[in-house]
Order: sequence, then C-alpha cells, then structure tokens
Amino acid sequence: MNVPKPRLGVFKFASCDGCQLSILDCEDEILAVADRVEIAYFLEATRRPLEGRFDVSLVEGSISSPEQLEQIKDVRERSKFVVTIGACANGGGIQGLRNFISIEESIAAVYANPSYVKTLDKSRPIADFITVDLELQGCPINKYQLLNVIAQMLAGARPRVPDHAVCLDCKRRNIVCVVVSQGKACMGPVTSTGCGALCPAHDRGCFACYGPSHQPNTAALASRFESIGVPSDQIRRFFHAFYSTSPAFVAEGLRHV
Amino acid sequence: MNSSAAIAPVGETVVIEKPVLGSIIDRLWRDGYTVVGPTLAESAIVIDQVRAIDDLPIGWTDDQEAGTYRLRRRDDRAYFGYAVGPHSWKQFLFPPKTTLYSIEFRADSMTVKPNVDPVPSYAFLGVRSCDLHAIEIQDRVFLHGPYVDRQYQARREKALIVAVHCAVAASTCFCESTGTGPRAVRGFDLALTELESEFLVEIATPRGAAICDGIKSRPAAGSDLGAAARIVDKTRNSMKRSLNLNGLPDILYQNLEHPRWDQVAERCLSCTNCTMVCPTCFCHALEDVPSLDGASSEKIRQWDSCFNPDHAHMAGGNNRPDIRSRYRQWLTHKLASWVDQYGVSGCVGCGRCVTWCPVGIDITEEAAAIRGDQP
Repeated sequence: MNVPKPRLGVFKFASCDGCQLSILDCEDEILAVADRVEIAYFLEATRRPLEGRFDVSLVEGSISSPEQLEQIKDVRERSKFVVTIGACANGGGIQGLRNFISIEESIAAVYANPSYVKTLDKSRPIADFITVDLELQGCPINKYQLLNVIAQMLAGARPRVPDHAVCLDCKRRNIVCVVVSQGKACMGPVTSTGCGALCPAHDRGCFACYGPSHQPNTAALASRFESIGVPSDQIRRFFHAFYSTSPAFVAEGLRHV
Repeated sequence: MNSSAAIAPVGETVVIEKPVLGSIIDRLWRDGYTVVGPTLAESAIVIDQVRAIDDLPIGWTDDQEAGTYRLRRRDDRAYFGYAVGPHSWKQFLFPPKTTLYSIEFRADSMTVKPNVDPVPSYAFLGVRSCDLHAIEIQDRVFLHGPYVDRQYQARREKALIVAVHCAVAASTCFCESTGTGPRAVRGFDLALTELESEFLVEIATPRGAAICDGIKSRPAAGSDLGAAARIVDKTRNSMKRSLNLNGLPDILYQNLEHPRWDQVAERCLSCTNCTMVCPTCFCHALEDVPSLDGASSEKIRQWDSCFNPDHAHMAGGNNRPDIRSRYRQWLTHKLASWVDQYGVSGCVGCGRCVTWCPVGIDITEEAAAIRGDQP
C-alpha cells in the first residue's frame, strides 16, 4: 500500500504532561496505532523536529502565556483536525484557579523574583483562541477513550465522545451510589463521563475532573450538598478545581463563598 | 412424619428449618446454577453471588427514604429482613453491556458473527413480588413482540427463581397500590416465607420440586399458612407511600403542559439513576467499536436512559432538549404510554427510583401533583 499514513502531532501548552503520559501509557495499543499512523511530532516520546502539516493534532494544556498564544495559532494552521485533550486544554485546568484572584497576587505568592514572568492574566482553554474540532475531557484523559477516538477516525467515522453524567457509568458497573448510601458529596450527577466512574468505584465521591456533563443541573446538586452538610467553601472548590473556565461550574462555585 | 426422602410434588407447601436453605443453595450450585441473591457490599444490600447462607445479609436491614439508604443491624437474625436494594435482577437477564455481534473485515469481504458466548444458568434467590412483575414486564418487551431478543431469551429460560414474600416494607415501597405485591403470586419456581425459625416453601414448578428433592422438610400445617399470611398482611399494612394508577394515563396526557414539570425539572439532575435502578426500564444504546488494527468491529449494546441527552439525539437535533422534556418523557412513558405499548403500567412499586435519586425526587409525589391531589 502506497497510501501515506495519517500524520499525528502531539502538542503541549500549560500542563503537567499527564495527558501525554496517558498516550504513552497505551504501550501495547500504541504499537497497533503506530502501524497505521505516523507519529510525526511528540516531544514527550521522540526528538523529531516540528515540521510539515498534521492530519490530527492532539493538544494538551491551557493557554497561559503570550508565547503560547502564537504557538497555538501555528498548530491550528498546520492541522486538519485539532483534538484538545484534558482539563487544562478544555477548562483551564488546576492552574486556572488563579483566574479567581489577580495575576499580581498569584505571581507574588509563587515566584521569588517575579520580574522574569511573562504571563497572560488568565489561564484559558484552547477553544478561546482557535477552532477546536473535538474535545476529550479529563485530568488526565482516559486512554481507552482516546484510543477509541483514534480507531473511529481511522475507520472513517465521525468520532463520538459521550458527555452524559458519570452516574450512568456507575450504574452500568453496578456501583452503589455513595451520595444515597453514605451521604458523601459526589459530583458525578453533573460531571461528564469518560473515566468509567473511577472514584465511586473506590468508595469516594467524584470530584469533577472531567468537567461539566451536558446541561449540568449544578444548583440542584449544590443544594443537596448543603443538605448533607458540605461546607460552603468546599462546595465552591468542587466546582472550581478543574474546570475554572466552564461557565456553569464557575457560576455555581461563586454562589458558595 | 419424616418426609425427608420423599419427592415433594408441585403445588405442595412444606416447612424447612432455616439452615436447610443452605442445603438448597448447595444443591443449586451442584446442579450447575450460579446462585445470585442479596449480600452485603459497598454499604448496601446488593445482588451478587451467594455461595452459602452466610453470604446472605443475616440480621441486617435497610432504612430507606427519598434519596437516602442506610444499612442497620436488626435485633434478630432474619435472613430476608430488608426491602429491595440498588440492584435488580435486570443486570443478569439484560446485562448492562453486551456484544451483540462482531464483524471481521477482509480484503474484499466481511463476516458477521453473532455473539454465541455461553449463557450462565442463574438461580435468583430472594426475588420479591415487585421484581417478579418487573421480569414479567421485561418478558413482554424482549420476548413477546414481533422480534425476540435471543440473548435475553437464553438467559431467561435458564433462570430458576426462588421468590420471597416480603416481611418488611421500606418507606419507599408502594407495591400494594400498584397491585404488584407484597405477596408473590406467580413467576417463581419456589417461594419462601420467613417464619420465626423456619421457612415455608411453596413448590410451584417441577424445576422447583427437583431442587427440593430429598431435603429435610415437613408438610405445612394450617397454623404455618396462617402465620405466613399474617406476615405478608403486616407488610401490606405498613406501606406508607402509594401511587394511584386509576385513570392516570389520561390524566398525564391531558397535563403535558402542567407547571409541575417545570418545578421537577429544577430539582432533577437528569443523571439517569432512576432509570438505571428501575427494574423495568429497558432502553439501551448501540455502538460500533472498531479495533485499532482496523480488522474488525464490535456492535456493543449498553444500558442507556431517556435522561441521557444523547439518547434522543437524531438527525435534525435533539427532540428532548431540556430536563423538563426528559423527565416528562420518563414519567409519561412509565405510567401512561407504557400501558398503550405493553398493556400494563411500567411501574411495579419497588420504590428504587425514589430511594436512589440523589436528590430524592419521588415518583408517587410527582404523579399525585399532576393528578391534583397535592397543593
């Protein structure tokens, strides 16, 4: 077969590299992918320089500095299909917690000599700057979800990424609801699927690292949290921790101070 | 009279000492059944494998309210002294995730292979009347229409059912009002009533009789039958909730724009929990899962829900675009159009949707409000 393999690029912005590690964590499966895809740029895995165009670009991280703002535009121009991966790329990430205070305050709190820091005043998701074709949520992303997206694209199908509540996965796995049976706070009812109900399977509540589900009824869940005695500042943190740029989560969090 | 060696005929009722239930469980496993029944796990009484009577939640009960479930110690050693938990038997007959078929691609052809994985023979131990009715309803869905679901059929035909007449009603139970309990009347091979130190065993089918063959028992006396009837009556009279089904379909159809739908939509999380725990809900999603090497693909069926926004997504958009329309769809299907479709209501009064709703929305309250029984 002389048909060239699709070229895949993996790019990193403000992030911890955890989502890229999820790709490397595919180990066995990545060999099957490598047979059908040319991994043309992936600094975490190879030293190949950035050149040419990409059929699919996976983008990790939020946009946090003026330099990144230029780089992301370049990625868009080089790419047919941009998939943003992870909570940082799609919701600002944990570093987005600084969005709730002034940038001077957070710089002063972190750096001994802040004059070298060049930063934007907020940590913002990729979609604020370029057109994103598909978002894969999570902190970090789920490797099986990523592989499924790649397999679907290779099969010529439009990739489907469900965004229903985590509860559906809990029930498909016969996991007993920790809210009902133990009065624990769980963000599952307003959080997007993808993890396969990882935390509830280990007897703890979901903490929303996959961001909001489709049409999350945040007010109803927050009022349930209040009735089981979750302190107000903790309710705020549940909504702000990972997806600090999601309008529904930001607004709900700000109602609990 | 010692009848321990006699074959108890179908239709007979016998009495066994409680530990003899252990011999029945052993016998079921020996005969090739996978025995599943109530057991303690994850802070609840769930349904899982029962190897011996010690696996049953002996001496435990549950306190249930809308949105709340708590385990509690009983002050006796009752074997079945609790109501239904988060699981139902649906998970065994209509599993949450199944491969329907796989496709293998070759250079110029493809082969479709149906899933022919062997189906386990389950023995369901401790099935309550509400759940027997739920199984009967799912039979109508999967077996009695123009298309028969082969996987469901295979599982269903193999399953042996040991029912238990309820000795306890949770505060969320309302089967008396829906005519689906608490006494199990049909659909079982054996039915147990838990007396103080013995079980009354009704032998309903040849399969049930075969399992009881040779076990240590005595014929039931009139006083045993009286005691058993009183237990179920007490359960019936202790039920706190009720759902008035009388004329309900028309009332719901006539109130599709009732303000109550807006009110419940403010509380509803659209999280799918009610539909997942419902023993009659059967909605599912089909998905093609291609292999990474591109050589094959699987058609997967998973439990899905009318509360999943994606479920009503079709060409042209989502025809149930908000929580109000999804809640209304669920309630009007369950209690109204279900009757048109299958000849019975889709609600068996088990109360699971009430207990396991994380915000405690109560189907009986919502239906009553639409009916106009409440302010």
